[in-house]
Amino acid sequence: MSSYFDHAATTPMSQVAIDALNSQILKLGNASSLHTQGRSVRKDVEEARETLARVAGCSPSEIIFTGSGTESNNLAVKGFYWKRNREDSERNIIVISAFEHHAVLDPVEWLEEHEGAHIIQAPVTSDGVIDLEALAQIIEINRNRIALIAVMHSNNEVGTIQPIHEVVELAGDIPVHTDAVQSFGKVTFNFQELGVTSATLSAHKIGGPLGIAVLILQRGIDVTPILHGGGQERDIRSGTLNAPSIVSFAAAADDADRHRAERGERIRELRSYLIDSLRSVIPDIRVNGAVEPSLPGIANLTFPGTESDGLLLLLDAEGIASSTGSACSAGVPRPSHVLLAMGISERDARSSLRFSLGATNTRAEIDHLASVISSVVERARAALARK
Amino acid sequence: MSVRVIAAMSGGVDSAVAAARAVEQGHEVVGVHLALSSNPQKYRSGARGCCTIEDSHDARRAADVIGIPFYIWDMAEEFHDGVVENFLSEYAAGRTPNPCLRCNEKIKFAAVLERARALGFDAVVTGHYAQMRETDLGRTMHRAEDPLKDQSYVLAVLNKEQLDGALFPLGDTHKEEVRKEAKRRGLYVANKPDSHDICFVPSGNNASWLHDRLGTQAGPIVDESGNKLGEHQGAYTYTIGQRRGLNLTIPADGGVPRYVLKIEPVSNTVVVGSKESLAVSSITGENSIWCGPKPVEELPLRGFAQIRAHGQPLPCTYIVSADHISVELDDPLLGLATGQGLVIYDEDRVVGSATVSATA
Repeated sequence: MSSYFDHAATTPMSQVAIDALNSQILKLGNASSLHTQGRSVRKDVEEARETLARVAGCSPSEIIFTGSGTESNNLAVKGFYWKRNREDSERNIIVISAFEHHAVLDPVEWLEEHEGAHIIQAPVTSDGVIDLEALAQIIEINRNRIALIAVMHSNNEVGTIQPIHEVVELAGDIPVHTDAVQSFGKVTFNFQELGVTSATLSAHKIGGPLGIAVLILQRGIDVTPILHGGGQERDIRSGTLNAPSIVSFAAAADDADRHRAERGERIRELRSYLIDSLRSVIPDIRVNGAVEPSLPGIANLTFPGTESDGLLLLLDAEGIASSTGSACSAGVPRPSHVLLAMGISERDARSSLRFSLGATNTRAEIDHLASVISSVVERARAALARK
Repeated sequence: MSVRVIAAMSGGVDSAVAAARAVEQGHEVVGVHLALSSNPQKYRSGARGCCTIEDSHDARRAADVIGIPFYIWDMAEEFHDGVVENFLSEYAAGRTPNPCLRCNEKIKFAAVLERARALGFDAVVTGHYAQMRETDLGRTMHRAEDPLKDQSYVLAVLNKEQLDGALFPLGDTHKEEVRKEAKRRGLYVANKPDSHDICFVPSGNNASWLHDRLGTQAGPIVDESGNKLGEHQGAYTYTIGQRRGLNLTIPADGGVPRYVLKIEPVSNTVVVGSKESLAVSSITGENSIWCGPKPVEELPLRGFAQIRAHGQPLPCTYIVSADHISVELDDPLLGLATGQGLVIYDEDRVVGSATVSATA
């Protein structure tokens, strides 16, 4: 039996998204062409843009299509930094939460190393929520020197939803970018109500295809582009529009939106069932970031006395997919910077696994996991003890 | 008999074919690449070293082709403490260590094997060239079929319990055949060059790598009577039997070439002398390890001694004591550094090993 608990990495495509992709891919035409075929594809892209705008609570012109969530985050972070630093060279501070995804963290670090930026990391609490008091202080002290603030909408490893609206209020006229890749389509997300300047969405986390994402960027605000060329997407992201993936993304978003409440409730129940089932076998597991509001499907668990890569290997051999968090470029598992930022010890961070649930999970898969976890943990504990 | 095994995959052709053969023999195989450096280089430069990101990618692709799961195990800390630190301290103590022996002893067939066993695996399979056989003496280790690739020397640091958890599927095959087999199996690494030198010294320049870490430690170069002939910048950059690079200003009588005879770490002195003085007939080894049954103590036995990875087997008589081995060579050999591995063979069977502690 195969049990998939890594939906936060990627989740199966929904049938409507597969159908949309398959039919659009047969259609000839470049959306930038002026002839009939081009206009027809352009129409499909614009309808998809409108659907996505409706689901995300923004206006269609605020949607910029990109090739990945990473690209959207790079475009926002670098684009705002270059633009705002050029307007005022004193503005060289980037404020981020201490547990941003690498797709935000790494471009920010790159800007520090190559472009003279200065990073300030706002601390997060042990529950996995940005410390608003500390953030307020950081903003108050440095207000005129801050180029942008980036805080993720929900954390991809522990699932906690961040108080973005409060961040926006503290920020005043400083641009706020939010990486909403894990939230969009799963919990309430409304761009205009949040008041952020930009946000990242990705298709393949909600049943859409790989390789298509969105940067929502407020109307009237332009950032310095990374790609130059045909001038597509408000001149901010050149490159031929990937019409089949865009149309499929919109179908997936619409489907996710329609079923959001009911799926969310079911996934949240499964998450509780998973934690209860594992705890009944391994009583000393700890749940990291167990605080509301949260994403419905993420359970980040510490199994004391184990190493997570040993757990992953043994679970994989039983047909169970889980995640250890990020690895370095050589593929070596590293203790999660998210858990470390939450004040969890390196030892415990190295003993933690993320199980992320999605629409296709069943109780039977969780029963499968619960039936093997005891022997898996026992062996993983023996492997650590031999050190 | 089918067992669950971990295939240690370096990204080279040997370990890839070894893993493929283990699968074919009916074992349940999981591929593992050992990350031995916490700060790996991106690319392999020529035939030098290993353990780059490119190597880990090659290992992963080989596992894909073979059709086995693949993971990366972080052994950087164990490697640093058990192999790199030992390498430095041995040089600092005036000895010439062999880090490949230490890596087999402390990492591949210790840290990795123990972890594998704890996780429920029975053995570790590697691409080493050596043969395990069932003989009257039990399961014993023998030289590989391919004399040019035989690696029994660097495996002689493994005790019986470690060898019981080791599989060497390539021992009966010549390297050329292994490359052909890799090609037949569609393994991209079929033509990848063999790795040479010490993997954690990517430049291949041992002396300068040591110098960066041990610093300049100037001291005298003297003759056998103690007369100062010159100065060195660090005794650790010399090895016994070395002739070149001594930069002596005072010529020898009759212009006979001089060789490094001895390195004395406490007084930081390098002793040089004639070729004849290099001759070694008696070798003492300590920290002995038995690859099969321990030989009877205090009884002169006939066998062969080997003191370098690709050295000749030297006919000898050896006596095993509780804590050391004494070897008398039939014919003297020229130049042997303490710290090197001494391996005893009974024909092609590996009896055991020790670390050279004294010579005469």
